[in-house]
Amino acid sequence: MGILAKKKKRAGAEIPTSSMADIAFLLLIFFLVTTTIDVDTGIGMTLPPEPDETTPPPPVADRNMLKILINAQGQVLLEDLPSSVAQIRNEVMTHVQNNGADARYSDSPGKAVVSIKTDRLTPYNLYIQTLDEVWMAYFEIWDTEARSMGFASYVEYRADLEDPSENEIRDKWPAQVSLAEPDPGN
Amino acid sequence: MAHFTKKSKAKPEISTASLPDIIFMLLIFFMVTTVLREQEVQVRTILPQAEALTKIEQKRYVSYIWMGPEKLRGNAVGDTKVQIDDAVIDDLTNIRSIMYRKLTEQPRLIVSLRVDEESEMGIVTDVHGELRKAGTLRISYSSRRDISNM
Repeated sequence: MGILAKKKKRAGAEIPTSSMADIAFLLLIFFLVTTTIDVDTGIGMTLPPEPDETTPPPPVADRNMLKILINAQGQVLLEDLPSSVAQIRNEVMTHVQNNGADARYSDSPGKAVVSIKTDRLTPYNLYIQTLDEVWMAYFEIWDTEARSMGFASYVEYRADLEDPSENEIRDKWPAQVSLAEPDPGN
Repeated sequence: MAHFTKKSKAKPEISTASLPDIIFMLLIFFMVTTVLREQEVQVRTILPQAEALTKIEQKRYVSYIWMGPEKLRGNAVGDTKVQIDDAVIDDLTNIRSIMYRKLTEQPRLIVSLRVDEESEMGIVTDVHGELRKAGTLRISYSSRRDISNM
């Protein structure tokens, strides 16, 4: 009889669910904090295709090619003149925006090419700095162009584009950065 | 009037019975989206700093190649090695076939090179050569935002 009474008492007992929400909240906060939605950022490049022996690369006139050479000691040679990383940006901008005015620089923005050549022992950090300066030169040109079209910056212009492939600014000032072929047997 | 006051005294309560369910839904969402660790990186990669950065929004197109000194026991580092996915590549010519296979699976592949800032260009040039042979021409040099210039 005693057992039966006990059983009857337990039948009404319930697990309190009021703290359930708190426990779930705690777990939720843990996962919120540990979740990292990281976006990979970097400097984009397109490598030249593998050289084909039957079709040589298209010739680029010497004046259209801005040569940047970085040696193993980290010294910069800009168009065969000793220079520094800090000077690259201005040099690239004058080169691209020349429009045939100065015989040493490019004929037109569409033909201007920036070529970077490195040694096997060149520090990678310096190479990235050089590449960064070259791209910043193009970004500054694009920003100027975007402002003349009434946008605050190039980023805003690009965000406003409906079709990313119809980028007028990039068509007008194409960024042509190339990596020179490594010296064979070096 | 008496009737009116009586009615206003009746406490309307929002049912909290569905609260745990809502929270559980959110919890499950975050549990599913959380990636604890994708790959064990066996080489040290302290990324260089740069300004002209672009974001790679389409993460599914990205494939990573790590380059840097191999992590050894303690804080010591060894020779510069190349790692793709979970494996350290000893013979660099293998990169060609690995990347070619990845390219056939994802034709819009972007290769993100996560190179340690203290590396030398030699190994990067070698990897470039292999990538060109594989036909994976879209690359990105992964870098951190330069804080000093902001």
